Amino acid sequence: MPSPEPVALIDLARRGDKAARDLATADGALRFSDFATATALGGAREKLAGRSVLLLAGDSLKTAAALIELDGVARRLVLCPPDLRDNLIGEVAAIAEADAVVHGGEEPPGLDGAIAAHCRLPLQPAPTTPLPRLATEWLLLTSGTTGVPKLVSHDLATLTGAFAGGPSGEIQNWATFYDIRRYGGLQILLRAVAGFGSLTLTSAGEPIDDFIDRAIARSVTHISGTPSHWRRVLMSRAAARFKPAYVRLSGEIADAAILGALKDLFPQARIAHAYASTEAGVGFEVNDGEPGFPASYLGERDNGVAMKIEDGSLRIRSPRAARRYIGRNMPDLRDKDGFIDTGDMIERRGERCYFVGRRGGVINVGGAKVHPEEVEAVINRQAGVRMSLVKARRNPIAGALVVADVVLESAAPREEAIREAILAACRAELAPYKAPAIIRFVPNLAMTPAGKLARDG
Amino acid sequence: MSLRLTIVSQIERVAREQRKTIAPLADDLPLLDSGLDSLCFAILVARLEDEVGVDPFSASPEAGFPITFGEFVKFYENAVA
Repeated sequence: MPSPEPVALIDLARRGDKAARDLATADGALRFSDFATATALGGAREKLAGRSVLLLAGDSLKTAAALIELDGVARRLVLCPPDLRDNLIGEVAAIAEADAVVHGGEEPPGLDGAIAAHCRLPLQPAPTTPLPRLATEWLLLTSGTTGVPKLVSHDLATLTGAFAGGPSGEIQNWATFYDIRRYGGLQILLRAVAGFGSLTLTSAGEPIDDFIDRAIARSVTHISGTPSHWRRVLMSRAAARFKPAYVRLSGEIADAAILGALKDLFPQARIAHAYASTEAGVGFEVNDGEPGFPASYLGERDNGVAMKIEDGSLRIRSPRAARRYIGRNMPDLRDKDGFIDTGDMIERRGERCYFVGRRGGVINVGGAKVHPEEVEAVINRQAGVRMSLVKARRNPIAGALVVADVVLESAAPREEAIREAILAACRAELAPYKAPAIIRFVPNLAMTPAGKLARDG
Repeated sequence: MSLRLTIVSQIERVAREQRKTIAPLADDLPLLDSGLDSLCFAILVARLEDEVGVDPFSASPEAGFPITFGEFVKFYENAVA
């Protein structure tokens, strides 16, 4: 008996009220129904069939168009985040065995043996040729690692597992502050497409009031962002006019202050915070308005997800989790019982579990991850510096900030000159959020018995 | 130095460090139009905590978030009082 054809993103986009459904940024819109008779890929769709395709389409709309057209057609889709550095593209392509690149019109990276396809908007009318339906593998890049990112294998089933079986018929008009080229934003794109609704995305540099006003004009009902995004919304004027039905937080620890402030701002809305990671998928959602999650979530749940805490960190076994890491010499994604170690440290207080930070002290500045070691490396290179310890400082706006304790050499020049030199070097070599917000000069730093810098936790 | 002057001088310092151009700091200036981004505000709140000893954003989460520069100053004045 032939197995049924795998469901593809285009099938979900065709559901519901076709004429009205779209995806819009400040720069333009894509109507889902147009894909029946038009394409963003010129005549390249057929050539991309069965290939491993690197998606470097340049913006959210083009990326979404390429995803809709190529899921079910390509063998692999490699979703490259906007901040993927040029010098890593070749390595990512090699790991993914990419033999095609979809680009947005800029000079495509020269990859040996790969064909290039130009993704153009608006869509152009074109006959759609039926192509053999594949179960396309989606490769997402993990954030928060230094050097070459890890490639994580998903497919439409794992990516939509958290909501595919949910209530049908409810129209969810989504908006998100996330970029759809990362797991969190991709989740919202898929929720919108699967949920019979539309999606409103930010454009680069768009003022927050303008984005909220567009969300209002487009009748957005569901909206998601990190706690840092939401702290920014609380400072906007347009927010008071906005009446979403559902407000979702994820990507960082949602504390009582932000949950309470959102409840006050949006008294009509259901405020939920969710836990998800690229590797473990969507773990759970918390709807009681309180930070952390009930200890009753631990163990086997009836949605197929199981969770436990081991060595202080949250472990998840889930049908929504990634299948595996891609590439040679990669570690196993799961332990022998099928659980993925999230690296997120948990503290249990009574019947509630709270997130306390990342294992290894990765600092989360407004959703962007900073490895203390990479900042220390820059500081330690400056003349007059003996050593440094970079750590997180809790912050009500960004969740955390990077701060540095610096030990100077005895014959060092004066502190103010070194402070300027450190900041100048960090600004030149690192993203702005990685530069220490505050630098303290200290006489010494504690060491572990093994001679390593002692880090908190 | 008055609290207002402290806030102004810290804003100017953060803006200089982060290479931001800031708008004239009038009381009715919306913070989101000030030229400072989220990271600037985060750094500003940390520096002010060190300098004046309070972080009203963490201390009184139930209080409304300030929207204008004037409200921001008042937010700190109330916290210090």
